[in-house]
Amino acid sequence: MSFYVLVVDDEPDLEALFRQQFRRDLRTGRFRMEFATSAPTALRRAVEIREASLILILSDINMPGMTGLELLPVVRAARPDVPVIMITAYGDAETRRRAIEHGAEGLLTKPIDFALLRQQIDARLEQAA
Amino acid sequence: MLGSGYMGGKTQQPLPDSLELQLRESLEREAATAEILRVIASSPAGFGPIFAAIAERSKKLVNGLSTAVLHLKNDTLHLAAFTRRSEVADATLISLFPLKLSDVDWYERTISEARPVQIEDCELGFAGLPGLLDLSRKRGFRSVALIPLLGHSGSIGIISVTRAETGNFREEHIRLLRTFADQAVIAIENARLFNEVQARTTELAQSLENLRVAQDRLVQTEKLASLGQLTAGIAHEIKNPLNFVNNFSALSLELTDELNEVLKQATFAEKIRAEVDELSSLLKENLEKVVQHGKRADSIVKNMLLHSREGSGERRSADINALVGESLNLAYHGARAEKSAFNITLKRELDPDAGIIDLYPQEITRVLLNLISNGFYAVTKRKQTAGEGFEPTLCASTRSERDRVEIRIRDNGAGIPEEVKEKMFNPFFTTKPAGEGTGLGLSICHDIIVKQHGGSIDVATEPGVFTEFIVTLPRIAAAQIHTGGKK
Repeated sequence: MSFYVLVVDDEPDLEALFRQQFRRDLRTGRFRMEFATSAPTALRRAVEIREASLILILSDINMPGMTGLELLPVVRAARPDVPVIMITAYGDAETRRRAIEHGAEGLLTKPIDFALLRQQIDARLEQAA
Repeated sequence: MLGSGYMGGKTQQPLPDSLELQLRESLEREAATAEILRVIASSPAGFGPIFAAIAERSKKLVNGLSTAVLHLKNDTLHLAAFTRRSEVADATLISLFPLKLSDVDWYERTISEARPVQIEDCELGFAGLPGLLDLSRKRGFRSVALIPLLGHSGSIGIISVTRAETGNFREEHIRLLRTFADQAVIAIENARLFNEVQARTTELAQSLENLRVAQDRLVQTEKLASLGQLTAGIAHEIKNPLNFVNNFSALSLELTDELNEVLKQATFAEKIRAEVDELSSLLKENLEKVVQHGKRADSIVKNMLLHSREGSGERRSADINALVGESLNLAYHGARAEKSAFNITLKRELDPDAGIIDLYPQEITRVLLNLISNGFYAVTKRKQTAGEGFEPTLCASTRSERDRVEIRIRDNGAGIPEEVKEKMFNPFFTTKPAGEGTGLGLSICHDIIVKQHGGSIDVATEPGVFTEFIVTLPRIAAAQIHTGGKK
């Protein structure tokens, strides 16, 4: 069974960035990455991906249409077993508080600190293994 | 041409003596009246000169001995003007006034009956009034005519004309004096109105000036606020693409390293190897530059975002003196950490009554840190050109006022030139070399103090001598004023 990380961001270039950043892990099949450029697409994929294999959802907050904070409670209800980490350009205390309040497990700020993100993914992989 | 025959035919005939005298007198009267009117017109503010002219002319036209103009204020007669006699006689006259109206029946009657009153013989009329009797003897008059000055709301004074001989004044002289009295009233009324208008004008000019200052402040505040919003808006837009630049450049740097590793294993002709090495090392250096400047841009954008004042921390009661003290220590240690050679004399003049204010402590600390660091920068700059004796000093003081607290940060540094002073609160205005300052510090300070706390920030400075920033915070600060940000 392969493990999935689902990334939600309206910026399509984020996929290239992530795929390059984690190219070794992806090449060796340590985990896979799925990308969605809108909250509804992400929600559909979250349900489609088989139960235990989805280990983490990373979501942007500011997106046209449904925002990350709106997506959060819905996706948590659909997949209570999958932790969600928000990724935003604005890491102020208020945004952090609201993200946690809506059910996020954590909040990372942009520009993304990939070392930190890697730690988070590694931790989920260990739990799942 | 019709009347020319008559005019040409007119012959000059001598006038009878009595008629000539009459004409001359009436001419003199007209001349006197005209002169008084001229004086009225030329001295709008005070009636001293007018009274003097009336006194002088009255005396002359009625063959009088002397004249005095008395001004009635609060039931008391004041000597407004008089014609000179001898020094002793004048002194006696002056010493009689101010005089209560009720003390002299003659004066009281003149005022209450609002018509001229005559004293035919002072030796009889002033019996029982030793002061006036003494006066009449010293100034040498025997009869007096008292003419009331009739204003809109009753009598406002008296013209007193004296003669050396006893008996009544001539009818036409009394008439003339009444004319003068009327003119005097006009003059007094004029002066009163003039002074009133002038006082009002001064008052209006002052309130206009106040209004203008307030308006300038408001315009400045609004301008800065909209610039601040614009700044934050631009930052929002730039932040996302900039994040990509930063992430991709950092990633590319890693990839270049990996590429170099791969290239090391490959076999190339010597010439190509040299070229590959050179190109890959240039690529790496360039990417390092992109990363470095990307970080710089990111820190500017972060500063710009502070203008949107989201996440400005919590509002709570805080001890003003403690905030100032902490900021001073923080700034000092910060400066020392950056440059160990940095030294300055720090002074604290904290008013123990400054007390506790409801505010955003984080934000106020940010402002203080900014102002203090600016002070440090200014003294460092002055030290570069100043002589041996220069001792860098920065003083932080607080002062409690009834409904507000004042914080002053004063340094003896380079000072601020006038043209800089005008623009220094504008976003992106900086005098520092590229890369050393974003030009957002004072702009954000202004936002925090004026917009968020409803206070004011002013500066007093003299180039090459000192700069003092004065922050004023209302005691009922942030609560009512702050409406921005999130709930």
